[in-house]
Amino acid sequence: MREVNVKDISDAVRDIAIEANCVLGDHEIEYFKKMAEKEESPTGREIFEMMLENARIAREERIPICQDTGMAVVFLEIGQDVHLVGGDLTDAVNDGVRRGYEEGYLRKSILKDSINRVNTGDNTPAFIHVKIVPGEKVKVTVAPKGGGSENMSRFRALKPAEGIEGVKDFVVQAVAEAGGNPCPPVVVGVGLGGPFEKVALRAKEALLIPLGQRNADPFYAAVEEELLERINKTGVGPQGLGGRVTALDVHIVQGPCHIATLPVAVNLNCHATRHGERII
Amino acid sequence: MSEVKKITAPMTDEAVRRLKIGDKVGISGVIYSARDAAHKRLVELIEKGEDLPFDLEGSVIYFVGPAPAKPGHAVGSAGPTTSYRMDPYSPALIARGLKGMIGKGGRSEEVKRAMVEHGAVYFAAVGGAGALISKSIKKAEIIAYPELGAEAVRRMEVEDFPAIVAIDAHGGDLYLKGREEYRIGE
Repeated sequence: MREVNVKDISDAVRDIAIEANCVLGDHEIEYFKKMAEKEESPTGREIFEMMLENARIAREERIPICQDTGMAVVFLEIGQDVHLVGGDLTDAVNDGVRRGYEEGYLRKSILKDSINRVNTGDNTPAFIHVKIVPGEKVKVTVAPKGGGSENMSRFRALKPAEGIEGVKDFVVQAVAEAGGNPCPPVVVGVGLGGPFEKVALRAKEALLIPLGQRNADPFYAAVEEELLERINKTGVGPQGLGGRVTALDVHIVQGPCHIATLPVAVNLNCHATRHGERII
Repeated sequence: MSEVKKITAPMTDEAVRRLKIGDKVGISGVIYSARDAAHKRLVELIEKGEDLPFDLEGSVIYFVGPAPAKPGHAVGSAGPTTSYRMDPYSPALIARGLKGMIGKGGRSEEVKRAMVEHGAVYFAAVGGAGALISKSIKKAEIIAYPELGAEAVRRMEVEDFPAIVAIDAHGGDLYLKGREEYRIGE
């Protein structure tokens, strides 16, 4: 049994929230440049240039890449041999979000409820997903998620007879219909299988997968590649103004489901694919 | 990079009608920020026949909720938010003199009809380029609804604010035309 103080988790959340919002990683930048070369539309190419220039300014001046610094979606993988000390875990995560969003000059975008729409003022609460895993470490991942791309999320309970072709059509249609709204070129997260609540979480987890990394299962890896190709034929292009690069990548997270079901969820990330992690 | 047209805000009807989809523009002058909650309030004021916090005639509204400004900065990161959420409100504002809107993503048929009827233009700013765009905002001051925080209405002084004419006053729509041009099959 190893003791981990929740204060360390809180500090990690604070630091990652600021870093992820202001710094697009080297891998993402390189990948981005590679995709920019595929763009044929003059407007699209100029948009790519502006996005790269924007990333440079944000990194150098430590200001957010995008003003929508998002909901703080926090994934915690907690080793089962860890004993958390120092207070309430949820409070600690929220305190990290509160400090990160205040001290990092990040926008506070969270409302107390969806109808009365009063801002909580400090971007809390975080949206926390906890997984208990073997070991004695804690992995903290913060994935700030913007509202514009989140609004383009889709879920459908397909009939099992619709199979993988039904899934592909649904995913391509979701991205095509989203058009310029989610700030393309987007990253496409696809969740397959599970009960209703799980398929959406899988789609979100898919957005954490590094750009360019293929599914470990060759079948799904081929589906990812086909989806990327089909999505980039829709013509939506950078910012929806027409072009060859509508998506940067497509990731699928698949899993078990009921004999009667074929659930699919699509979660989109804008071109600023922001997330960061720390292992404690 | 093709030529950038210089635009002054507020805008005249003639200036609006000269713009065509695909034109790259640099906007200078005074624009106003308003997004979801502010639009709801502005339209409620119009319905009640009350004065708005700024003069709509010739005005340009930027759909934005900026991040907080760091010390020494006029404004924080300030890119556009998705425009379709303002679609239910924009026609009423266009009918009362709004000449320009800056946002991202396509607009409804109702908005486009109002734009043709009254002469208004819709500019696309690059979503997710908030750090870059903030450089063109030289001054920002809250003039209404400070309790809305990021959603408050701000008067912004801008210089060469970079944008693209996405929907013009003649019914042109780059979201449709651009996609059509680059679509392959299906």
